[in-house]
Amino acid sequence: MAEATGLRNLQLVNDWADDVAVFRAVPWGKAMMWIFLLSDTFIFTCFLTSYMTVRMTTAEPWPNPSEVFALEAFGVPVPLLLIAIMTFILITSSGTMAMAVNMGYRRKRVPAALLMLVTAVFGAMFVGMQMFEWTKLIVDEGVRPWGNPMGAAQFGASFFMITGFHGLHVSAGVVYLIIVAVRVWRGRYEEKGYDIIEITGLYWHFVDLVWVFIFAFFYLW
Amino acid sequence: MAVEAQIPYQEAMELHDPHSWITKYWFSQDHKVIAIQYGITAIGVGLVALVLSGMMRLQLGFPDQFDFIDPEAYYQFITMHGMIMVIYLLTALLLGGFGNLLVPLMCGARDMVFPYVNMISYHVYFLSVIILLASYFVPGGPTGAGWTLYPPQAILTGTPGVDWGILLMLGSLAVFIVAFTMGGLNYVTTILQARTRGMTLMRMPLSVWGIFMATVLGLLAFPALFVSAIMMILDKTIGTSFFMPAVVSIGDSLDYSGGSPLLFQHLFWFFGHPEVYIVALPAFGIVSDLISTHARKNIFGYRMMVWAIVAIGVLSFVVWAHHMYVSGMHPWFGFFFATTTLIIAVPTAIKVYNWTLTLWRANIHLTVPMLFAIAFVITFVMGGITGLFLGNVIVDVPLSDTYFVVAHFHMVMGVSPILVIFGAIYHWYPKMTGKMLNDTLGHIHFWVTFLGTYIIYYPMHYLGFVGVPRRYFANGEMAIIDESVIMLNQTITIAALIVGVFQIVFIWNLIYSYFKGRDAGPNPWKATSLEWQTPETPPRHGNWAEKLPTVYRWAYDYSVPGMKDDFIPQTEPRTAEETAAGRTE
Repeated sequence: MAEATGLRNLQLVNDWADDVAVFRAVPWGKAMMWIFLLSDTFIFTCFLTSYMTVRMTTAEPWPNPSEVFALEAFGVPVPLLLIAIMTFILITSSGTMAMAVNMGYRRKRVPAALLMLVTAVFGAMFVGMQMFEWTKLIVDEGVRPWGNPMGAAQFGASFFMITGFHGLHVSAGVVYLIIVAVRVWRGRYEEKGYDIIEITGLYWHFVDLVWVFIFAFFYLW
Repeated sequence: MAVEAQIPYQEAMELHDPHSWITKYWFSQDHKVIAIQYGITAIGVGLVALVLSGMMRLQLGFPDQFDFIDPEAYYQFITMHGMIMVIYLLTALLLGGFGNLLVPLMCGARDMVFPYVNMISYHVYFLSVIILLASYFVPGGPTGAGWTLYPPQAILTGTPGVDWGILLMLGSLAVFIVAFTMGGLNYVTTILQARTRGMTLMRMPLSVWGIFMATVLGLLAFPALFVSAIMMILDKTIGTSFFMPAVVSIGDSLDYSGGSPLLFQHLFWFFGHPEVYIVALPAFGIVSDLISTHARKNIFGYRMMVWAIVAIGVLSFVVWAHHMYVSGMHPWFGFFFATTTLIIAVPTAIKVYNWTLTLWRANIHLTVPMLFAIAFVITFVMGGITGLFLGNVIVDVPLSDTYFVVAHFHMVMGVSPILVIFGAIYHWYPKMTGKMLNDTLGHIHFWVTFLGTYIIYYPMHYLGFVGVPRRYFANGEMAIIDESVIMLNQTITIAALIVGVFQIVFIWNLIYSYFKGRDAGPNPWKATSLEWQTPETPPRHGNWAEKLPTVYRWAYDYSVPGMKDDFIPQTEPRTAEETAAGRTE
């Protein structure tokens, strides 16, 4: 068919018409991670869509994110201060992750492992600040999943559910990073090759990307 | 085509051979063992659901004759029957069972790409079944919310199992989805990345195509159910209001407010409609192979069959709200979803025509698998045609929540895939055990099941037209219920009980033939696809000899003119005459 329609020079068509593997140079684990992330995308899409739906169906006013998430700095409430720092840390961790992947492919296993551990530390910092944010909301401002003094109950419900689910992803990612980093350090992948760092990185970048959407839809809207 | 291309991974794939009874039969990493584990668990839990349907029929046919069936129990039967049949039997058996069995064998792989994850997948599935069945042993019993679990009623007082049952149901679903994801990632990656030399996507048997597309649908649709399960658990346990509006329940104003029950319906059916095709597509694929093999003829329009599977898969994501025509949606949405729904009839009709044209003037062998395959085509057409009624908004509205709907979905996604599953078991049992299933018992099983199906479900269309509502414990003194309904309900019940009891013949056949069956040999049906060309029967762990097989042709070279045999295995190199005749695909 490729010949008949003159598509034979198109790489995409050749890949899918080939035997053995559609994505030739792609290891199994990497292909599987991409497919998993596609599935996970649907989970977060459903979460965010549900949040937007209940935000519209509730009759109560929606609390103002600029006020709720403000942090007192030098006696002035700064909107989104903490979130800005958290976002900055998470994006930075994506940078160190990318450097780790680079080091892996250059077969410098110790720097690669160190950079992965740095990424994990950034991730842990993010989760720690999230815990601080949760504590502040729950203790100081009285936000609960079933209600809050500022307005719609769905605010707390959606917030804790979505950031909680994302926080679980980050925490799992931190554990995953540490396990892989230790294995890289010990030279377990010297023979197999360092695709595993890229696979871990795919997951980590995905978690970051999801945060960007949560940030945009929850904090900025 | 690079037939001699290097195979980077699976040629020398590490296999964890079993060391003990436990690693051989319980924690096995062999895809064939995992397939059988999935199969036995699914059939086991399916029998529970079959018994539940019998109990419902007892009440419907002979109201108030049986003390152990009160309204609460009846709703629990409905809910558990539906959920078990759709998720824990059909999805698990077609993808976990046949997906595991057929994908590596038909693609020429040694195993799934990640056998360990595959093993865990089964055990998580097993856990989800345990959680589900545990709801029979908690205070209040299982949930009686109906398999759609619509809030607010699913989690409010008055619904059976509102304390524990609903939580166990939702938890079990979430665990099932984790299990499915682990298995599904394996199936998709294996099909995409681990085929053998010469096995292009367009040479794969249609079974693999059906399983592939169904798994993709599952990976994209189950997240919606997962999310709604989490949100409903939160609504129930800590009092969030995702799905709960302000409700007055038994005179009390509840603490809920502002949530959207409609949101649940959208999420549920965004999963629920693709779920229909998660069940149907593997059945479509498998039945194509059964028909082609037992009719000794290549499948008609192979490429069209593949693209129809893909098209149905894509379209299945944009039709979900046809389950919600009576939810008060905007007419324009109804118009949109009716249109997309009816468009699905086009690729589906292509498939039915191609099955029929494959049978046309073929050398049909009326073996038991073939009988089931033909029965599937007929039943699927019957169920599909009533789908045209229900896909149209104005016809659907009066038929909504009547027995017409029950008849429709049982024909199209209940009985049809079950018929294929039976056919597939009769077809592949010889490969899995080395023994043929008993033919006489097979015929008895087939005719009772097939004819019984029509005695059970045909009258239900009529019941629906005269207005018998579904999910009612009893029709009571309703003036609109016709006299004839009573007699029909009794007939249906008797037929259903007979068909249900006769499944013992099938189970007995599986056990009896394993010990006393006729030896099958490596290729009893003279089939072309790779699983019949394994060096040993049943195939050993790793499936193939030292070297993986090389594929030279598609899976449908039956009755090729000028050839000695009426089938040419996929591993058979092309002859000079074939090349001269221009047959290169």
